[in-house]
Amino acid sequence: MTKRVSSAGRWLPREMAVLLVALATLPLWIEPVGLYQYLGVEIAIWMIYGLGFNLLLGYSGLPSFGHGAFFGIGAYAFGLFQLWAFESLWLGILCAVFAAFVAGAVVACFLSHRRGIYFALMTIAFGQVFWFIAIKWHAVTGGEDGLLNIPRPALDVGLASAGLESNTALYCFVLAVLAAVLVLLWRLVHSPFGKVLQAIRQNEARARFVGYNVWMFKWTVFSLSAAIAGLAGSLFSMAQQSAYPDVISLHASGIIVMMTLIGGGFVSFWGPVIGVTVYFLARDVLGTLTETWLLWFGLMFVVAVLFKPEGIAGAWQEHVGAASGRSRARRALAGLLSTGRD
Amino acid sequence: MALFEARGIHKRFGQQVVLEHVDLSFEAGRLSGIMGPNGAGKTTCFNVLTGRHRPDRGRVTLDGEDITGLSPDAIARRGIARSFQVMSLFDENTALDNLIVALPEVRARGFDMFRRLSADDAAADRASAVLARVGLAGLERRRAGDLAYGERRALEIGIALASRPRLLFLDEPTSGLGSESTARLAELVQDLKRDHSVVVIEHDMQFLFALADTISVIHWGQVIANGTPDALRENAWVRRSALGGAA
Repeated sequence: MTKRVSSAGRWLPREMAVLLVALATLPLWIEPVGLYQYLGVEIAIWMIYGLGFNLLLGYSGLPSFGHGAFFGIGAYAFGLFQLWAFESLWLGILCAVFAAFVAGAVVACFLSHRRGIYFALMTIAFGQVFWFIAIKWHAVTGGEDGLLNIPRPALDVGLASAGLESNTALYCFVLAVLAAVLVLLWRLVHSPFGKVLQAIRQNEARARFVGYNVWMFKWTVFSLSAAIAGLAGSLFSMAQQSAYPDVISLHASGIIVMMTLIGGGFVSFWGPVIGVTVYFLARDVLGTLTETWLLWFGLMFVVAVLFKPEGIAGAWQEHVGAASGRSRARRALAGLLSTGRD
Repeated sequence: MALFEARGIHKRFGQQVVLEHVDLSFEAGRLSGIMGPNGAGKTTCFNVLTGRHRPDRGRVTLDGEDITGLSPDAIARRGIARSFQVMSLFDENTALDNLIVALPEVRARGFDMFRRLSADDAAADRASAVLARVGLAGLERRRAGDLAYGERRALEIGIALASRPRLLFLDEPTSGLGSESTARLAELVQDLKRDHSVVVIEHDMQFLFALADTISVIHWGQVIANGTPDALRENAWVRRSALGGAA
């Protein structure tokens, strides 16, 4: 019998345990190192967003450059629910995830038979449509000002209830959501579904000829990724206590692509986690030295694309002697620019 | 009744007619060959039969079921597998994972998002058995992209075989192989004949005449001859053409 000894796919691999311990202790050390509590909230939210986004980019080879739309839809849906319906944490989050899932599912109907540059361009187009709606549908979205004074509902778990007004309390809640997302996505990428996505990324035609309905897999993963972006968006609107069109903009959509690529999303599950951390540290550390920190981060992105498409995670894998992800990353990058449709 | 039948298949790309009233019939448990000169329409014929191209006219049936115009994945799920002349592997995956993803039981739970595929020893065993059958035992952990050319050819067939097909289409399996590798591949195809229905497109006539039970000759998009290798050797057109000389 072939025994496939592997830690891949366990519920809680070592890397995840280390990350979660580091994040769980963050409230104790973040201020002593000169940073601030809210930074942890931002990092955890964007990690959720990045992990969901990388299901598309890194695992399925589907370059979505308009993913901010689903993050924004989640943020607006959460805010609208709190402001128009009633204050409820769980129902607000559920509403946000559902709205982003439905929007993603509708968009995916138009995208799932596309790939390469056509897929990318259409995601930009749909992103712009949602951005335009957010700007122009003033009565619902608040126009350019967005939704303001969104409450942070209390965490109600039946017998007990806890307020999330403080950033530390909110951080603990967001961290719990991040932990759940990490475990579920780790499991997903090692499941048959995850393996099929990776097969589709490598050779879509062959995946079809071994019997996989590629359209349905692309549709499913796009909708799922949109739902996770919506989840992150709902947490974002809680954290910011507002939702505004900027998060849907092309600029915001590009940032998650940069984070994922720099971190090494093409070669590692942990790529977006690394990329998000680097981005926010660059913003807050580099940002104290120069106002042009984003220029330097952008240059880092250019260097990564040109010389290190496997990103920081790939560089680390090379350093510790693991198989190089360079060819995979280069092929994946080439795939983003390839033309084609099914 | 034949396992697979194509009747009156017609296919054109723009103004160019590529297949014209093609009739083909493949029996269960036999190795059927398709031969013809370059540009005769053999690969287009394969592509039409396996769903890559939809025929403009005609009907394709598998075991009596009309599969005309179905998508490649729908046809594959009905039990038709194919290999490709231009190799089409999952290059970043190991040889074993290339086969695992093609197993019908893995395909059946393709939307399972929670169970660990790496813990499925039964699937790994079945894939290993296929790998051994195509002569790649011991290369389970090797990345497909790192295999030698002949090994990649064998893996190409292995992926098709892993799906436990009712009918196996092999598109120019000897393409690019040296004589030694071709001989090994002939042994493999001979072995596959024992328990599979196989259709082979090939322009290595010695290979095809040695293995096939029946052969169809395609030229200018039409089937111009059909029969056993012995009967075809006597066919006037085949004898006149370079195809007959090689056999």
